[in-house]
Amino acid sequence: MATARFRQRSSYINHSILFFMALTIILPLLVLIFNSIKPVEEFGTNPLGFPTEIRLMNYYDAWVNGNYTQIFFNSMTLVVGTLILNLTVSGLAAFSLAALNPRGIQTVVVGLYLLVGISIPAQLYILPLFLMWKSLYLLDTRIGLIIIYSALNAPFATFLIRSYMLQLPTELFEAAKLDGASTMQLFTRVALPLSWPVFLTTALIVSLNVWNEFLFAITFIITDDYKPISSILFAFQSRFANDYGLVSAASILMAAPIAILFMFFQRRFIAGLTSGATKG
Amino acid sequence: MPKFLTNINAISWYFLMPVLFIHFFVIAFPSILSLLLCLTDWNGFGKINYVGLENFEELFRDRIFKKAVYHNFIWTIMFLTIPVIVALIIAYLLTGIKRGQLFYRLVYFFPYILASIVNCLIWRYIFHPKHGLGGWFENQGIDFLSKSPFAMKETALYAVAWVDMWHFWGFLVIIYLTGMYQVDESLYEAADIEGATKFQKFRYITIPMIRPIFILSLIIIIIWSVPTFDYVYILTMGGPAYSSEVVANHLYSQAFQRMNVGYASTIGVMMFFYVGIIVGFFALLRRLGWEV
Repeated sequence: MATARFRQRSSYINHSILFFMALTIILPLLVLIFNSIKPVEEFGTNPLGFPTEIRLMNYYDAWVNGNYTQIFFNSMTLVVGTLILNLTVSGLAAFSLAALNPRGIQTVVVGLYLLVGISIPAQLYILPLFLMWKSLYLLDTRIGLIIIYSALNAPFATFLIRSYMLQLPTELFEAAKLDGASTMQLFTRVALPLSWPVFLTTALIVSLNVWNEFLFAITFIITDDYKPISSILFAFQSRFANDYGLVSAASILMAAPIAILFMFFQRRFIAGLTSGATKG
Repeated sequence: MPKFLTNINAISWYFLMPVLFIHFFVIAFPSILSLLLCLTDWNGFGKINYVGLENFEELFRDRIFKKAVYHNFIWTIMFLTIPVIVALIIAYLLTGIKRGQLFYRLVYFFPYILASIVNCLIWRYIFHPKHGLGGWFENQGIDFLSKSPFAMKETALYAVAWVDMWHFWGFLVIIYLTGMYQVDESLYEAADIEGATKFQKFRYITIPMIRPIFILSLIIIIIWSVPTFDYVYILTMGGPAYSSEVVANHLYSQAFQRMNVGYASTIGVMMFFYVGIIVGFFALLRRLGWEV
């Protein structure tokens, strides 16, 4: 009994520490949300609190001034394009490594190659890549950035999908093969339908990475009309430096799709992001 | 190898081709170019002259580079201590509660999925001298944070690191939590019978049991803090007076503002070698049976 009561009391302390740390995250986020609905005049008198007058027009202004219809379209194009290209190449590779020849020399060679690829800092190759893209007319195009993002996310996606496909029973492939399926059909008819959960997880993480990416976005897209949301928001911060209502609304518009996806797929996000780091 | 899969070696290579091709094209080939360009004085347009190791000599004389390396070092040390300690404690506390655990996990993890640009905006506002905390204190008549920590030489680097750590530590919590849930419950029960305190259990059971994942997290931090760029670039651009300049930033300005292709490649090569040495070091430890 005594220990039970002791546990009870120490759990209050635990809860208050945990709650305090949660506040250090929630409060700054609340300030951002308050700011996004605050009129400009109120920022001086009421810098942190809830606005006395709610002004949703900030969102409209941000959408119109930021040309957000175009910008969202650009970012969505990058996400969808990267998903198509990245999941195709990574899925094929993962299938080969997991089902076709799991113990072959390929696994070692490719695994090592991609691991080295992960450890290379982007700064080593960004400048030659920039010059290459320039001479190939891929600079300042969305397709150019899609190719880069697909490559950047390929090692992580390949490892993640492979680790899932390794758990598929080999009997399935053998049975399909006996029924006369080609290798490609083994992939599209057997492996793909069975491993959709890992494709969903991978797709979520890749979308997140592409949506939030900053370094390549500011470097490889120069024309405003093609810029994705992260580099536009960066330009916003200097252009409307003092209009915090508008800039806050603009950044919430950027964070909202990710936050909504996170609410629906929290487990997948967390599992994907942590296993991406610990396995890669 | 099963008999039904004849010629499987060739076919399995075909399936690997696309990913290898795209990865080579975007990452490996330009990396090799960089390793070659660091021996030249190319500026992106004119003739390419071979200059040997001149760039490296210049780099070791470059005061800004030295400063940047020092800042990266501080950065790594900060990330190896503050978020790691906080995350260990919080993860340990989280294993002790049932109600509300999911809520806390989601909240701590949330900043990790936000874009760097959004996180920076939040904290630039909070640290804004006229608005944010400074403005709030001013309204109360207290002179605190009346200057932005991003704009002062003494604090700029730490303020930027603060924002990045705020966004990062929840990720570590989840990693450690995963490790802690794999610890055998009976160990704690045995310790309870022996009358171990909470701290003793943490020190003598939790820490040794999560060692592999813990060491892994340290490696990740060391490797990830080398190319750190976003937060510094967005918040301070390395300023004021290079007081928050990090290596990646120095490289970026050499590369894209001054077009010193050779020199920028040299910095990139140094970063690559450094990461290579770290990875090699831990790989060696593992081969020597250190179980890291």
